[in-house]
Amino acid sequence: MGILDYDFMQRALLASLMVGLVAPAVGVFLVQRRLSLLGDGLGHVALTGVAVGVLTANSPVWTALVAAVLGAAVIELVRARGRTSGDVALAVLFYGGIAGGVVLLGLAPRGQATNLDAYLFGAITTTSPQDVGVFAVIAVVVLATVALLGQRLYAVSDDEEYARAVGLPVLGLNLVLATLVACTVVLSMRVVGLLLISALMIVPSAIAQLLARSFRETVGLACVIGLVVSVSGTTTSFYAGTPSGGTIVLLAIALFLLVSAAVALQEATARRRHRRRVDVHDAHPHDHGADCGHVAVPHDDHVDYDHDGHLHAPHRTDRGVHYDEHGEHAVGVPPSSGRTG
Amino acid sequence: MTDSPPTGPAAVRLRHATIGYGDVAVVRDVDLTVGTGEAVAVLGSNGSGKTTLARGLLGLANVLGGEVDVLGAPVGGLRERGRVGYVPQRHSISGAVPATVREVVGVGRLARLGLLRRLRPADRTAVTEAVAAVGLADRLDDPVASLSGGQQRRVLVARALAADPELLIMDEPTAGVDAANQEALAGVLARISATGTTLIVVTHETAPLAGVLSRAIVVDHGLVAYDGPLEQAAAHEEPGLHHHHPPGRRPSGYRQDQPTVTTGPRRRGDEEH
Repeated sequence: MGILDYDFMQRALLASLMVGLVAPAVGVFLVQRRLSLLGDGLGHVALTGVAVGVLTANSPVWTALVAAVLGAAVIELVRARGRTSGDVALAVLFYGGIAGGVVLLGLAPRGQATNLDAYLFGAITTTSPQDVGVFAVIAVVVLATVALLGQRLYAVSDDEEYARAVGLPVLGLNLVLATLVACTVVLSMRVVGLLLISALMIVPSAIAQLLARSFRETVGLACVIGLVVSVSGTTTSFYAGTPSGGTIVLLAIALFLLVSAAVALQEATARRRHRRRVDVHDAHPHDHGADCGHVAVPHDDHVDYDHDGHLHAPHRTDRGVHYDEHGEHAVGVPPSSGRTG
Repeated sequence: MTDSPPTGPAAVRLRHATIGYGDVAVVRDVDLTVGTGEAVAVLGSNGSGKTTLARGLLGLANVLGGEVDVLGAPVGGLRERGRVGYVPQRHSISGAVPATVREVVGVGRLARLGLLRRLRPADRTAVTEAVAAVGLADRLDDPVASLSGGQQRRVLVARALAADPELLIMDEPTAGVDAANQEALAGVLARISATGTTLIVVTHETAPLAGVLSRAIVVDHGLVAYDGPLEQAAAHEEPGLHHHHPPGRRPSGYRQDQPTVTTGPRRRGDEEH
């Protein structure tokens, strides 16, 4: 039987698709704001909401959403007060959230606390048809908000003081971002789990940062990466019989290590190539300067020297001066006379 | 930008203004008027209160007494804060996530839009022009992290320019910037000033911008110690302005417990030197 022949797997895959797309779209802003662990904290708080839902026989998704959004608002308001006690207040809120959740679930009849693992670390069998509907609404709302306010959220995450000085509503935007995080946490509670969602917000962004050149590119790439690891992790979980949240996060971390290594290797190669060129130019008979006979070409904040049709940029290091290649000649002479220097 | 001549209404007017953080006063009882189109240096040693004075004009420090009017409105009530440009003192603008010059400068333009309006073609043009004005047109789509420190400082200037500010407040724009970039910056500021934009530059070195700035305000121990032509400011500076006070020559009014701007509730990326 194929994976899509099971109703529960169809729902799990739908949920993983949505969370894989949404979590990084919100997470990139948290990374930029150096508040990577906010999602983790709100996951703790959401657990109390889950417990309240279980105890009162309401849908735990809704009660978790209420708890996480309230927690997000409290955190931002405490942060806005900007006092040293803020750090402690956050810790109290976070640990109060998870402790409250564990104790309340323990009070539940018929040993409901055995479901704790599924809420914390994700399970593929738990997504109900109603959940899929709620998740779809959350996903659309979060993505639409990011599309609408993304530039402002970037501005506030990048330089909060500047944003305040030029009159952007800093507290309001921070509240919006925290609420988006709360919604994302709830979206994740079936497949990824409340304790692991933070990883799916942060790790795809960390991978995308290594590859992208712009913020917009980072967001797009992070979403694609999140989508791929989330869906493939859920699928692996089905075949391997492992908890889905842990599987997804391990896949993401493996990808992060792989890309980090590839980027490091590429940089090392570029450095070696640079060193080889340096060696060539170490044999250069003179230092370029005002009277060396080579044409000076202004380039950004330094001067290059035209050297047989390519440009030499003096590069001072503790080993002395050497010349970097700064591309073909930009003025006049066609670069036909070769690249030997 | 305004077309009004330099003798227009005051861009900044302080009356018996006391500015600080929380309820701790750092700058006390300052009377000061800066006319539209003026180019003013705010000088002073570390901890003198010069940065706090500027932050008071930006709504980043609290007005604890007196009045601070910016562009004709009390600083707290200025609705269109986007009319005031701000270049903070930051050594690096590369955040955790990569961003291009265009993206960083685009933030400056957001200040002029409402809460929901997106950048339109006219706004994009303003961003491009602001980047060109600081001489970085060919780096528009490069990641800011790939720029030198001096170039990154110019990106911050472009970010402020993108909003077409009527008043531009800069904190130590030349600190830690090499001579070539200082010269480029002076050229940019001269052109901005020529269009009638009011400039207020907090700095500890006037030489790089001497051709642009004409008036100097020396802040010392939270008080205005001198206000007049830039050339004569040096004579009014405390001997310890550029260095620490030698032990024997510390002014009697100097208090070790003097609150400095670094004790306030400051945030990331915010340094005082």
